[in-house]
Amino acid sequence: MESISGWLGQGLAAWLAMGGYAAFVWPAYGLTAAVLGGFAWQSWRRHRRSEKALARLQRRDDQRHWRSA
Amino acid sequence: MLTRLANPARFMRVSGAALPWLGAGTAVVLAVGLVWSLAIAPPDYQQGETVRIMFLHVPAAWMALSVYLFIAVASAVALVWRHPLAEIAAQAAAPVGAAFTLVCLATGSLWGRPMWGAWWVWDARLTSVLVLFFLYLGYIALVNAFDDRSRGARAGSLLALVGIVNLPIIKFSVDWWNTLHQPASVVRVGGPSIATSMLLPLLVMASGFALLFGWMLVLRMRTALNERKVEALRLYGHAARVDASPDGAIAAGRPALR
Repeated sequence: MESISGWLGQGLAAWLAMGGYAAFVWPAYGLTAAVLGGFAWQSWRRHRRSEKALARLQRRDDQRHWRSA
Repeated sequence: MLTRLANPARFMRVSGAALPWLGAGTAVVLAVGLVWSLAIAPPDYQQGETVRIMFLHVPAAWMALSVYLFIAVASAVALVWRHPLAEIAAQAAAPVGAAFTLVCLATGSLWGRPMWGAWWVWDARLTSVLVLFFLYLGYIALVNAFDDRSRGARAGSLLALVGIVNLPIIKFSVDWWNTLHQPASVVRVGGPSIATSMLLPLLVMASGFALLFGWMLVLRMRTALNERKVEALRLYGHAARVDASPDGAIAAGRPALR
């Protein structure tokens, strides 16, 4: 059991080390995830907010419309 | 198909139905692509593990160019046919294209440092991509620089069209000038010169980036249409809505204030 976890740990450590290039490979992936992920999240949130704002206004407008009719 | 979709009301309906599927597809393809490029693809015999940066850098570069081309085509459509959705599409795409260009520059820098020994060199390929980044920023700034939205859109469209000369310069810079940057290895005469074990994850990541662009484009276009509708409703109350009802024109139109 211990040897398996030791083997796994070594594999993981080797993978994380990226053949000595960890300082370049991981920042590249991290930066890409931060930029594109952040952008995606912002786009999604703005979209949801705009849908809600529109729905609210249209509801209010409906009520006003029926009251005046 | 495109002309049918080009009606804002229909666009909202179709895109609303497609949005969750597009988002889910993007997530799946990107997840597969990430595992493949980080864990399954082999290290390069010369560049070692740094080659994994390629799976981000190259798709980001492709997107940087394609999104600009998309903006230029949409701008041409907006200028010639005055279609409001084309304008909205171009404006929604610009920040996403700028983000891809930034990713391309940053990952290139992180790849260049261990392989070339420099974070940055002023050679033709790198400089022309930097110019592309500034073109994106210039377009965004110009569109937002006018109080009158239609004037900003027209000026932006013109800039986008003029800036298109930069695209062939970027593509062929590695052939025209001496450069540190390696020449094309995927899109080249005689087929790709890259091993299949690396080409496949590269193509998966490229599809993932393309899907991500599609998803964000739809989100941002819908946001813009929603915001314009909200603006119109606030200004004109339900009168605006009654005007808009037959074909959704108000969704993208500028109610004439003048």
